[in-house]
Amino acid sequence: MSNINWRIILNHTILLIGVIFMSLPVWVAFSTSTHSAETILREGLQFWPGTNFIGTYREVLFEQGGVMKSVLGITMLKNSMILGIGFAIGKVIVSMLAAYAIVYFRFRLATPLFWIIFLTLLLPLEVRIIPSYEVVAGLGLLDTNFGLIVPLIASATGTFYFRQFFKSIPEELLEAARLDGATPWRFFVDILIPLSKTMIAAILIIMFVVGWNQYLWPLIMTTKEENYTLVIGIKQIYQILSEGGELPQYQKAFALTILATLPPVLVVLFFQNWFVKGLVESEK
Amino acid sequence: MATVKLKNIKKTYPNGAVAVRGVDMAIEDGEFVVFVGPSGCGKSTMLRMVAGLENITDGEIEIDDRVINKVSPADRDVAMVFQNYALYPHMTVRGNMAYGLKNRGLPKAEINQKVTDAAKMLRIHDYLDRQPNQLSGGQRQRVAMGRAIVRDPKVFLFDEPLSNLDAKLRVQMRIEIKRLQRRMGVTSIYVTHDQTEAMTLADRLAVINDGRIEQMGAPIELYNNPATLFVASFIGAPQINLIPVQFDGKNLNSGDLQFSGFKDLPENTDLILGIRPDVLEPNNDGQLEMQVDLVEQHGAENLVYGALNGASTTDGYNTEICFKTDQNTQPAIDSVLKLHFDQNHAMVFNKETGERLI
Repeated sequence: MSNINWRIILNHTILLIGVIFMSLPVWVAFSTSTHSAETILREGLQFWPGTNFIGTYREVLFEQGGVMKSVLGITMLKNSMILGIGFAIGKVIVSMLAAYAIVYFRFRLATPLFWIIFLTLLLPLEVRIIPSYEVVAGLGLLDTNFGLIVPLIASATGTFYFRQFFKSIPEELLEAARLDGATPWRFFVDILIPLSKTMIAAILIIMFVVGWNQYLWPLIMTTKEENYTLVIGIKQIYQILSEGGELPQYQKAFALTILATLPPVLVVLFFQNWFVKGLVESEK
Repeated sequence: MATVKLKNIKKTYPNGAVAVRGVDMAIEDGEFVVFVGPSGCGKSTMLRMVAGLENITDGEIEIDDRVINKVSPADRDVAMVFQNYALYPHMTVRGNMAYGLKNRGLPKAEINQKVTDAAKMLRIHDYLDRQPNQLSGGQRQRVAMGRAIVRDPKVFLFDEPLSNLDAKLRVQMRIEIKRLQRRMGVTSIYVTHDQTEAMTLADRLAVINDGRIEQMGAPIELYNNPATLFVASFIGAPQINLIPVQFDGKNLNSGDLQFSGFKDLPENTDLILGIRPDVLEPNNDGQLEMQVDLVEQHGAENLVYGALNGASTTDGYNTEICFKTDQNTQPAIDSVLKLHFDQNHAMVFNKETGERLI
């Protein structure tokens, strides 16, 4: 018995070390963000929270000139939200429809088309960033949410996951639906989408985080400060810090970083619950 | 109410596999027809062609004298019960049953009425708001039938609907399906590989082998009067005893055995003598000698298995023999019994062609 207990203790120790290792920097960033610029400059990074939490975060989020010259933190947060949500929803819609066509419609090129889509997995966004920019700029869509999101929503990963999932749905369901007089569209809406709930949740989580963390594309696509996303904002604020001049506002940089990590964390926590519940219920 | 006609139906799959090789059949209004055969014989393909789930390579299918080759499954007015039930897992029982009606644009009140009626008939009205995964296998099977019934179709199609159930439930559902079909009087086609199911359910039975109908008729007719060796060995449980024989002009010979009383049979041809287990009885003057090695007690009756002494051992036919007797007759293991049969109840087949000669 004592043998097993030792093993549990050892396992937990390793896990705890891992947790501390991963979360300590985040904690330090948070603590530091609650101190004043003078304290940080004098004493370096802070382990315990200070008293400036409300002041710093209010300044970062709501006051003009708090982070950038004109744009407010809250506006960047909103821009990031639009990008993350639009990106995730767009990807789910496009990849579900693509997978639906590939799996359920017998057209001659279905398989080659699938492999072509699949191959694009190998090409990162950066490869096509200049042609994509050309297209969007040519259409006059720079500095618009549409131009920011739409070129990104084709998704080989999503298509692949949905294809695998659709293939696991018994064919009799389709046949029963056909006998029940369901059109292809009705089958998609009434049966495939409800059955894919857990899959949709999973893809939404992943894609929201990916979209939220996009840097290069929004940087190129936005020319005006009011369209900046948080990730760009972080980059800019550190740049301002290194340029010098005034007293470096480290606490604001840290606050912005913490704000940028918060929404993905919340999304994962919120959706994961739903996602696990869905998995358990839909078994059998 | 509907008639179904199959006219020289053929099915070849894109990969060249031939599943159905020309089937003609006329199913009458209200008739319960069972397709039975070994797996891969094409029986399910035929059913799916009637349903519209498979294209028809050649020939025509008519429902009520209307050719339906090109009609979509939904517009054929048929309902199908699948082997694995194929219930929509995310919908309640009510949702499952109502879905087909909803797609047909029936008013809500009428849908509700129909679903309630069908649920009462199938005794599932207590589960209407449950989801399929909260139901037992038998209940799911009922829901699947309910989904077919509410549609009030011209034809019911059953694709091995009972094979996922346990033995006891299978017998119960079998009886229920038969009662239901009789009560509703809907033309039905039922596919199974289980010959007991086939015998008990069918008004008419079609034995399918290798994409063709071997024989079609009333179940008892097929049992008593099989047209081919295949039908004789497929229908009947326990299986018919088959003994390889040759005719010498007077007697049938098999190894040391000789059976008299047969005439008008081809000589120098491999023949098969078929004797049903219930035709054999222990009798000291019997023509067959058997060494008992197993007695199966089924309650009211016993099945006695053993080796047939003296028969020739042509390949493909072992010399095992079985007979059916009452519960009190229980021969000892390894005892030797004489068995008698009435040659009027014996059948003779051509081994090569499978054709029935007597």
